[in-house]
Amino acid sequence: MVATTENNVATAQVTKGRSPWADARRRFFRNKAAVFGLLLLVIVTLFALFGGFLAQWSNEELDYNVMGQVAELGGPSIASGHYFGTDDLGRDLFARTVQGTQISLAVGVVGALIAIVVGTLYGATAGYVGGRVDGIMMRLVDILMAIPYMFVLILLLVMYGRSITMLFVGVGLISWMDMSRIVRGQTLSLKGREYVEAARATGVSAPVIILRHIVPNLAGVIIVYATLLVPLMILTESFISFLGLGVQEPLTSLGALIAEGAGTISYGTVWQLAFPLLFFVLTLFGFFFVGDGLRDALDPKDR
Amino acid sequence: MSTLLSVRDLRVTFPITRAGDMPWTAPRPLRAVNGVSFDLEPGQTLGVVGESGCGKSTMARGLINMVPATGQVLWEGKTDLIPLSPRAMKPYRAQIQMIFQDPLASLNPRMTVGRIIAEPLLTHRPDLSAEDRRKRVDAMMERVGLLPQMINRYPHEFSGGQCQRIGIARALVVEPKLLICDEPVSALDVSIQAQVVDLLKELQRDLGLAMIFIAHDLSVVKNISHDVMVLYLGRVMEKAPRRTLYADPQHPYTQALLSAVPVPDPVIERAKGIIPLDGDMPSPMAPPSGCVFRTRCPRAQADCAQIVPSVQGGDHVVACLHPGPVQEAETV
Repeated sequence: MVATTENNVATAQVTKGRSPWADARRRFFRNKAAVFGLLLLVIVTLFALFGGFLAQWSNEELDYNVMGQVAELGGPSIASGHYFGTDDLGRDLFARTVQGTQISLAVGVVGALIAIVVGTLYGATAGYVGGRVDGIMMRLVDILMAIPYMFVLILLLVMYGRSITMLFVGVGLISWMDMSRIVRGQTLSLKGREYVEAARATGVSAPVIILRHIVPNLAGVIIVYATLLVPLMILTESFISFLGLGVQEPLTSLGALIAEGAGTISYGTVWQLAFPLLFFVLTLFGFFFVGDGLRDALDPKDR
Repeated sequence: MSTLLSVRDLRVTFPITRAGDMPWTAPRPLRAVNGVSFDLEPGQTLGVVGESGCGKSTMARGLINMVPATGQVLWEGKTDLIPLSPRAMKPYRAQIQMIFQDPLASLNPRMTVGRIIAEPLLTHRPDLSAEDRRKRVDAMMERVGLLPQMINRYPHEFSGGQCQRIGIARALVVEPKLLICDEPVSALDVSIQAQVVDLLKELQRDLGLAMIFIAHDLSVVKNISHDVMVLYLGRVMEKAPRRTLYADPQHPYTQALLSAVPVPDPVIERAKGIIPLDGDMPSPMAPPSGCVFRTRCPRAQADCAQIVPSVQGGDHVVACLHPGPVQEAETV
């Protein structure tokens, strides 16, 4: 063995390893539903980011030509520049859908990010340290979870006014708790592994073990759960907006648009509901498909 | 040279709370390691054998403060490791490294081999530049028989034997004085076992390593050890230089273990007497009174239940009230 080593050293180059991530990526792209979901997400994101450049109208402008006759004149048409029609006040629904998609995605992604950062560190610390610290940290989560969050969120929005920041704060406050529980459970099983023991035996400090050995091995679970958390956050925001407590006009979100569209559906303006709902559903489908695909791709049992 | 490691009366006790116990019920002690003493000279190997659950691995973990232990673990005749805080223990962790039973499980699946082997360097030699670290990792990989161009590969791309080599490289990259091998070959094929044991012997000779070699296979231990210690229920049953222990075992437990080692010659194997041991090892939560081995001992007598045999002695320690060579009546 040693002899062959010496012979090969001069000629052979350093070979690149096949990392578990590369394996997972390959499996993910073999999954048709997951790729379809990813495609949906890309389209929705592009729409949210660049749709504004296609719009003929801004989201605040009123089209006085259609005002009062929205059902007759405000329908979707290329000619008038209202690709998705107008809302009840004559505002361009295309521009408003772009804007609403932006807000909804932002709420979802920010909520999930807070969950990832706070939930992972909190859960991994509780799980790794264990014992009394774990008990106290997880009981705190239990207590927070026992509080009906929707009630708290509504109170927050009523007391401090409706604003996007408040919405982010509210969503962030609730999103990390489930994550921390999942991460803690996984950490408990990881910390008994021999490679963690090897790191402990060689004197690596606890924070470094958590960041270097525990978290990377949790990444699969975290990513999967995060992709499923984003639609949940979007749904929460939509519900809040549906109740009329979400973002402030002229800003809007998909939930608020759907609420408006649902309110005016009896006047014969179906498009006011249909387009926001379409994007809402596409986004949710996209995230769920991608989340599903990631779960299959990252499942270590499949290796 | 002075003694590298001097262990006196090492004990590891776990408090066990059973499910359904009331919170105020005092937890019952599980004595996993119960008064183990030995000395280890630099460059020597101590083989530790015993059945599953006899406290071999726990003893190793107790030595390096991985589980709470009591007693005295004197390092180089100066420092007692047991009362040290994690911070004070850190410099000694560089000098005492460990390799593990399951080669693949002891390597982080998300790290490349290069990063795995470099980790102890990163911890104990933060002064090294990335280039120096890389050089040492390369040299160490070559030393244990791995191709240095595999440095960016991941553990799942290696065979069991190669993974164990990676584990050995990781342990030796910080140039320790003592290597604790926790059943390093039990999970490997017999042919690979020999390779790994030979590698360890070679490294020991070149680097002057002391080793504590834990195994449940007496033939592997015979190959590598200078001294052999037999554990049963967390206690030392017999400890002797290798030749003495294999040629002239005095403790009935050692004799039973030795008689169970298969001989690769059918004639001798058939003619050889076997000392059968009935039943299982008693629970360490409720060990037998007196001599802990008496429940399965072919030589047990009334006094074995009363008197705990002392483990005092010189080179050849036997914890038995009725030591002696194998008697004809005991074998089958």
